[in-house]
Amino acid sequence: MTYETVIGLEVHVELATRSKIFCACPTDFGQEANTQCCPVCMGLPGALPVLNRAVVDFALRACLATGCRVSQVTRFDRKNYFYPDLPKAYQISQLHQPIGLDGCLDLPDGGRRIRLREIHIEEDAGKLIHDPWEDVTLIDYNRCGVPLLEIVSQPDLRSAEEALAFLERLREILLFLGISDCRMQEGSLRADVNISVRPAGSEKLGTRTEIKNMNSFKAIGRAIASESRRQAEWLRQGRSVSQETRRWDENKDASFAMRSKEDAQDYRYFPDPDLPAVVIDDAWIERIKASQPELPAAKRQRYQAEFGLGDYEVSVLTTDPALSALFEQTARLSGRPRDAAAWLMGEFLQAVKARGSRPDELTLDPAALARIIGMVEAGELNRTAARVVFQKVLDEGADPDTAADEAGLRRMDDPHALRQVVHAVLESCPDAVLDYRSGKRQAFGFLVGQVMRRSGQKADPQQVRDLLKATLETD
Amino acid sequence: MLDFNQAAALGQAIAARQVSVREAAEQSLKAVACQKTKLNAWITVDPDQVLRQADDVQRRIDQGEAVSPLAGVPVAVKDNISTRGLRTTCGSRMLADYTPPYDATVVARLSRAGLVILGKTNMDEFAMGSTTETSWFGPTMNPWRPGHVPGGSSGGSAAATASGQVLLALGSDTGGSIRQPCAWCGLTGLKPTYGTVSRYGLIAYASSLDQIGPMALTAGDCRILYEILAGPDSRDSTSLPDSPLPADCKLKAWTGGAGRPLAGLTVGCLDDAAPVQPAISAARAAAIRQLEALGASVEPLAMPLLDEAVPAYYLIATAEASSNLARFDGIRYGYRPDDADVADIGDYYARGRSEGFGREVRRRILLGTFALSAGFYDAWYLQALKVRRLVCDRYAEALRRVDLILSPVSATTAPPLGASLADPLAMYQSDRYTVAANLTGLPALALPFGQDSQGLPVGMQLTGPSFSDRLLLAAGEHIQSAQPVTHCAVDGEVSA
Repeated sequence: MTYETVIGLEVHVELATRSKIFCACPTDFGQEANTQCCPVCMGLPGALPVLNRAVVDFALRACLATGCRVSQVTRFDRKNYFYPDLPKAYQISQLHQPIGLDGCLDLPDGGRRIRLREIHIEEDAGKLIHDPWEDVTLIDYNRCGVPLLEIVSQPDLRSAEEALAFLERLREILLFLGISDCRMQEGSLRADVNISVRPAGSEKLGTRTEIKNMNSFKAIGRAIASESRRQAEWLRQGRSVSQETRRWDENKDASFAMRSKEDAQDYRYFPDPDLPAVVIDDAWIERIKASQPELPAAKRQRYQAEFGLGDYEVSVLTTDPALSALFEQTARLSGRPRDAAAWLMGEFLQAVKARGSRPDELTLDPAALARIIGMVEAGELNRTAARVVFQKVLDEGADPDTAADEAGLRRMDDPHALRQVVHAVLESCPDAVLDYRSGKRQAFGFLVGQVMRRSGQKADPQQVRDLLKATLETD
Repeated sequence: MLDFNQAAALGQAIAARQVSVREAAEQSLKAVACQKTKLNAWITVDPDQVLRQADDVQRRIDQGEAVSPLAGVPVAVKDNISTRGLRTTCGSRMLADYTPPYDATVVARLSRAGLVILGKTNMDEFAMGSTTETSWFGPTMNPWRPGHVPGGSSGGSAAATASGQVLLALGSDTGGSIRQPCAWCGLTGLKPTYGTVSRYGLIAYASSLDQIGPMALTAGDCRILYEILAGPDSRDSTSLPDSPLPADCKLKAWTGGAGRPLAGLTVGCLDDAAPVQPAISAARAAAIRQLEALGASVEPLAMPLLDEAVPAYYLIATAEASSNLARFDGIRYGYRPDDADVADIGDYYARGRSEGFGREVRRRILLGTFALSAGFYDAWYLQALKVRRLVCDRYAEALRRVDLILSPVSATTAPPLGASLADPLAMYQSDRYTVAANLTGLPALALPFGQDSQGLPVGMQLTGPSFSDRLLLAAGEHIQSAQPVTHCAVDGEVSA
C-alpha cells in the first residue's frame, strides 16, 4: 500500500523589535549572558508586564500579508509550566483570542494554497547551556521576553519538499515585511513539525507525531522524510503509530520519542490578569496597511513587467530585502535596471560571498552604483576601470568620480591623445604591423592589447579598434 | 508618638521645624524596640537605613523643597511590597532572604513625598490568611488585646499603627486584607478602586484582585496618604488614568455642607440574614444613627449573591495564585532545598516548594491548580468568572439606587489566637463582607465604630462606585469629626 504524508507546521519567529515584548530591554542577539535583563523579563516578584505596541504592529503585518482575519479584541493567556529557562513559570502567549485567524499562503510556481490556522503572539524563554565538561547547566535569560510569533498551518502539506517550500515562502514574506531577520542559525526561525501518514486516497487523518524545535531547513527535510518512512513502515507491519513528541537528532539522522500523549503537560491556560485586552480598531489596521511593504510575489511580477528582467534575475533579486531595495534604488537612479541587476548579481553578490556576509551587512550607496553605471554608459569608464571604481566604492565608500580621477581611470576619450598612443605602438611593433599586413589577423588583437596597456586601460576598446584599423589601412 | 496621633499633625510640626525628622524616626524606632516581643508586628526594621532616610528628608526640607504634607512622617510598609535593598519576605520562608533590586512604584512615591519607610510589617504568608498567623515569622498580636489576632493579612501594618509605633501604614487588600485588620485594630483603611494605585512591585497573590491602600487611625490621614499613592503608572498595565465619576453618579454633585454634611446622600444598609455578633449589630445601628445625624438617608438594601461571592472569590484568587506563585522555584532567588540527593529538576522544585511554602499557601496553590486543570476549567474557574460578572452587575445596579453601601467589615471582632486556623472554610466565610469590593474593583472604606464587651474594636464598611475613593474618605472624615476615633493606648488601656 502507498501512504500519503500529511504535515502541519508550527513556526516560531522572533520579531525584530528593538525592545522586548513586555519590558524595555534590548533584543540584541549574542550579547554577554544575563546582561539584557530587568525585573520584568526576569520575572522578579512584583514585576509586571507592559505590552510593547510595536509587537502588535509587527504581528498585524504578518496577519495582513497572509490574509488572516484580525481579531478586533485580542488577549494574552498564561501557559503554565515549570522549566528553569522560564523565570515566571508561565509563558505569556495567546490561546483563546489570538491576533490572527484563518490565513493562507500559496506555494511557489502556482503551487497549492496552504491554509493557516492562526497567528499568535508570545514571549520567548531563556536559554539553557549545558556544559558537559563541568557537568552543569547554565541559564542565559537574555532571550527571555523576546517577542515571538507562532504561525500555525493546517495539515495541508504533503511532502518534505512542500514543507520546505512553505517555509521558504513564509521566510521571504517575513523578511520583506521587515519583522524578523529569520536567521535559523540564531534561532530566530524555528519550527515544530506535525507528521502523520495515511493510505493514499484516504480522507481521514492518521495519528500524528510532533518533532519539536527544528532549526535548519536541512534537518526539517530529513526529519520529515525519516519520520514519514518510519510511520509508513509501522503501519505496513500492522502496528499503530502512537501520538507522541519526538526529538530530532541531527547526528544520528533519526528522531527519538520524548514523551507520549499521556505524559502531555496540562498547561492550565487562563487569561493573564496583568494584561488588559488589546483592542485593534480599523484605524490601527489601516495605518499598518498603508505602510505595508511590497511582498516578494508582487515584486517578482513587477520586476518582470516594469524592468523586463528574466526569471532568474527576478528570483535572485527578490531573495533578500536589502538586495532588492538596492536594486530598486539603483535602477531608479540610473534609469538602467538591467545594468543595475547585472552589477548587483555579479560584482556585489560576489563581494558578499567572498566576505561570508549578508547583503544588508555591506554598505553600498545606490547613488554611487548608479553613477558608475552612468559613467560606463557615457563611455567615461570602460568595464575594467568600472570594476576598480566599484571596489573602491564598496570597500572605502569612495565617491565614484573622485575614485575614477584619483586612480587615473577615466577613459582616454581625447582622439588626439589616443592617436598618439596608436602611432607610438605601431612604431614600436613593426613586426606585428608586417604580420597584420601580410594577412595574419591575430596580430590585430595583439596591437589592440598594446594600445590598451599603454593607455593604462583607459581607452575605449572599440575606439581603439576603429582607430587602429583606420591607421593600418591608410598608412 | 511625640503626642501626635495623626500623621497630618506630625507632618505640620515637622514642616514648622517643631520636630525634626530624626526625632520622629527615633521615636518610632524606640516604640518598635519596646513592643517588638509583645506584638511581633515587624519582620524587618533597619535603624541605620531609617536614620539615613530621615537625615536625607530633613536635608530636603531644610533646602526649602516642597516635599509633601507628610514629609518626615514614618510609615510602615507591608512585607509584600518590594523595597530596594530592604528584605521583602511576604511572610514566607520561601523569601526569607530575598532582597529586591527595585522599589515598588508606591514605595518610590512614598520616598519622593519624603515619608520615612520605617520597616516591613508582618503578614499572613503571601497575604493568604485573615489573622496574620500563617507568617513564617510567627503571629502578630492585636495591640488592643494581646492573645487575640490583629486580623490579616495586613496584620503587622495594623498592629504597628494601632499601637502608635507609626501613624501610617501601607497594606494590600485582595479579599479584605486592609479593611478587616483595620476593623479589628480600630483603624481606618481604604481598599482603593482597582487600578487607581499601582501594583508594580507588589508581590502578587491574585493579580485581578490585589490593591495597595492606606491604613491610619483616621480617614483624614488615609486621604493624605492616598493622594501620594494614587495615580497612573506606566509600569502597571492595569493602572487606570484618573477618571472622574460618571455623570449620572449622584455623589458627583455632593459637596458636603456644614452641620448636615451628608445631606442628600442615600446610604443602602446591607440587608443580610447571616448572623453577626451583637457588637457588630450594635455598631451597625450606631453607624446608621450617625449617618442620619449627618443628614444622610439610610435604607435597607438587599444584596443577592453574597453566598456565591465567597466561593467565586476563592476560586479566582487561588487560580491566579497558583500561577503567580509558580515562579518561586529556588533557581534564581528564594528558598533552596538541600539538593544533595534530588532525583531531577522536578524533584528539586517539589522539595523546595514543599519546604519553602507553609500549609495554607500550599493548600491554596493546590486549590487553584485544580480549578485551572483541563476538564475542570469550565466548571470551576470559568463559572467563578461568570459569578464575578453577576456580582459586578448587581453592585452596579445597587449603586444606581443608592450612593453608598453600609455593611459590617466582618461578622465578628478579633478572635483569640489559634481559633481560626482549625477550620479553613469558616475562615474563608469570614470574608463574606469584604470580597465583593475586590471582585467588583469598587473602593471600600473600613471605619472604626466602637468596641465589643471585651474592648475589641468593631469596624463598619462604606462601599462606593468606582473612583469615589476621595468621596468615601471625605464622608469618613465627616463621620470622624462628629465622633473622634478612639485610639488604643500603648499599655493596653483605652483612652478617648
